[in-house]
Amino acid sequence: MSVQPSTTGRGTSRYDADERGYFGQTWGGRFMPEALVAALDELTEAWQEAMADAAFVADFERVLRDYAGTPSRLYHAERLSELVGARVLLKREDLNHTGAHKIRNVLGQALLTKRMGKTRVIAETGAGQHGVASATAAAWFDLDCTVYMGAVDTRRQALNVARMQLLGAKVVPVESGSATLKDAINEALRDWVASVDHTAYLFGTAAGPHPFPSMVRDFCRGIGDEAREQCLEQYGVLPDAVAACVGGGSNAIGLFTAFLEDEGVEIHGFEPGGDGVETGRHAATIHAGEAGVLHGARTYVLQDDDGQTVESHSISAGLDYPGVGPQHSWLAAAGRATYTPVTDAQAMDAMALLSRTEGIIPAIESAHAIAGALDVATRLGQEKGPDATVIINLSGRGDKDMGTAIEWFGLGDADLGPDADLEQVEADAATELDTEAQQ
Amino acid sequence: MTSTSTAFATARAEGRAALIGYLPAGYPSVDGSIEAMKVMVEAGCDAIEIGLPYSDPVMDGPTIQAAAQAALDGGVRTSDVMRVVAEVAATDVPTLVMTYWNPVERYGVERFAADLAAAGGAGLITPDITPDHGAEWIAAADEHGLDKVFLVAPSSTDDRIAMTAHESRGFVYAAAVMGVTGARDATSDLAGPLVDRVRSAGDVPVAVGIGVSNGDQAAEVAGFADGVIVGSAFVRCLLDHEGDLPAGLDALRSLTTDLAEGVRRAR
Ligand SMILES: Cc1ncc(COP(=O)(O)O)c(C=O)c1O
Repeated sequence: MSVQPSTTGRGTSRYDADERGYFGQTWGGRFMPEALVAALDELTEAWQEAMADAAFVADFERVLRDYAGTPSRLYHAERLSELVGARVLLKREDLNHTGAHKIRNVLGQALLTKRMGKTRVIAETGAGQHGVASATAAAWFDLDCTVYMGAVDTRRQALNVARMQLLGAKVVPVESGSATLKDAINEALRDWVASVDHTAYLFGTAAGPHPFPSMVRDFCRGIGDEAREQCLEQYGVLPDAVAACVGGGSNAIGLFTAFLEDEGVEIHGFEPGGDGVETGRHAATIHAGEAGVLHGARTYVLQDDDGQTVESHSISAGLDYPGVGPQHSWLAAAGRATYTPVTDAQAMDAMALLSRTEGIIPAIESAHAIAGALDVATRLGQEKGPDATVIINLSGRGDKDMGTAIEWFGLGDADLGPDADLEQVEADAATELDTEAQQ
Repeated sequence: MTSTSTAFATARAEGRAALIGYLPAGYPSVDGSIEAMKVMVEAGCDAIEIGLPYSDPVMDGPTIQAAAQAALDGGVRTSDVMRVVAEVAATDVPTLVMTYWNPVERYGVERFAADLAAAGGAGLITPDITPDHGAEWIAAADEHGLDKVFLVAPSSTDDRIAMTAHESRGFVYAAAVMGVTGARDATSDLAGPLVDRVRSAGDVPVAVGIGVSNGDQAAEVAGFADGVIVGSAFVRCLLDHEGDLPAGLDALRSLTTDLAEGVRRAR
């Protein structure tokens, strides 16, 4: 299975960005201080050269295979399939080293950093997954590493702070603004303006100024390239639909890219609906946001009437971001992909359901994709029968989320035995899906 | 409206550099910020930059962030900023708005330009828009005769400096240190060469910003630049006297006097 060369800038797909980083002539671009333009130009050139260099591509492939453990399995979730009446395939990114798809992006960017001769990396992180992946790659590639993390998140995710520190990274709590992910990005950018001659910014998702949305996509697209080939190999068909959760959008674009030209394949992104979009406490940027500019790109943004960024809310720290990668904004505007909110409660139900049907504890981010995709699978099962096939990106594992799960489900007290509510979740899900199937 | 170029012309005629002072609108309050800017005009600023507070100011250090955040927490709106512009521009000193891009896009680029011109504003300084991604703003500014102040940095290539000098009107803002805003102990040795590179690319005035906090530094920068931009040091005056505006205004007045004396000492 091979890493596909980039098509960016070659105009081969209407879904790609043009040379200046605009998708569909509108989304993305580079709304950035002049001080960073030289660095972004240098990065663009280095990335394009690297992707066209067989030696770099082979190196990246080798590192992914030997160190991260890719290709990840495409796993037939039989009990879930039975439940929805369609074939549900899980792309097991949760089994990658460090437990999520994020390692792909980080290894690609770290290799590029080495190639460019820079000695230090910085990163932002929300839940800590990208920070841990960055610290991991920095340790392995022997790079200095500083991770910016909202002060609110360092308190919520103390375990990941400790992991990063053990790996040798410096973690800087960010107190400014709302002290969450968007402010960590601001602080990383401030660092970068002052350190750009020797420092690479390992951006954690397929957002930000050009070339990050396209470059991160290139480093993550192995997810979809592998899944497409595995699906054809194992089942002799393309899937009817692919689905992923969307925070900034790296795991989603990583899966979607391989299927963009397969017109018969439905593409579904699931956004964090928080307490429900109608409550205003959510992070469903495409569904409920409006076009604007955030962190260097024109994209959908949660903002007020004056263009001030509005704080987002999600139970999942990795999805809790008021912007989204610009290519997703374009795919939504072009009608190629559909983006639907999934609430905290729906995601937590799906977390429990997957744990109890398949013995897989998903990251809460990924649980959003499970929740949304099961409805899609149920519909497709009705339309096309039990061979209807849905690929869901299981972007990460849930170990990091056990604190949240303990609180949400009231777990952790051994005397109580299996939690009654949880049994109920499983039963309810089965009935609900059953009812949908009969409608 | 008065283009900033008039301030540079006056200063040049007097054989000195222009002093440009920055404060965010809405800190400590909308009216308080108007009062503060008027003090800066009285005490010798040749042009005023009014910051439009934004939730995600990636080019600003802790001092300006703190004041801008307080202004936002106090409920300042884009429409308030227009009122501040009108009041300050009424003193006949060129008055610019410095803003990150999203609030302008949200307000409507054309509407923003029209309202800014109607308020008597001279133009916009756009720290996160470069001319090659600023076509919409350039068109609106041209239509309304507004100054377009773009930034250059020590990392800018000669080609980009030429492009920026060509597209700017009013002056070019030379961000002379690689870093965010904030007062610094020493002026940057990157500033002089950067100014020279802009000069050789066109005849638009060059003002140097980021880091200047006293008259001696202002004198040093005035030795090679057309203008000296001071921001964080002014904001500091107000932050250091939070809750006591008269004391803050006194501090502003004496700092402005020191700086205005500095830009006159150089040549
Ligand atoms: C497991 C997992 N999935 C998804 C995401 C969301 O990021 P993205 O939308 O870039 O894939 C995160 C972010 O931390 C994550 O940890």
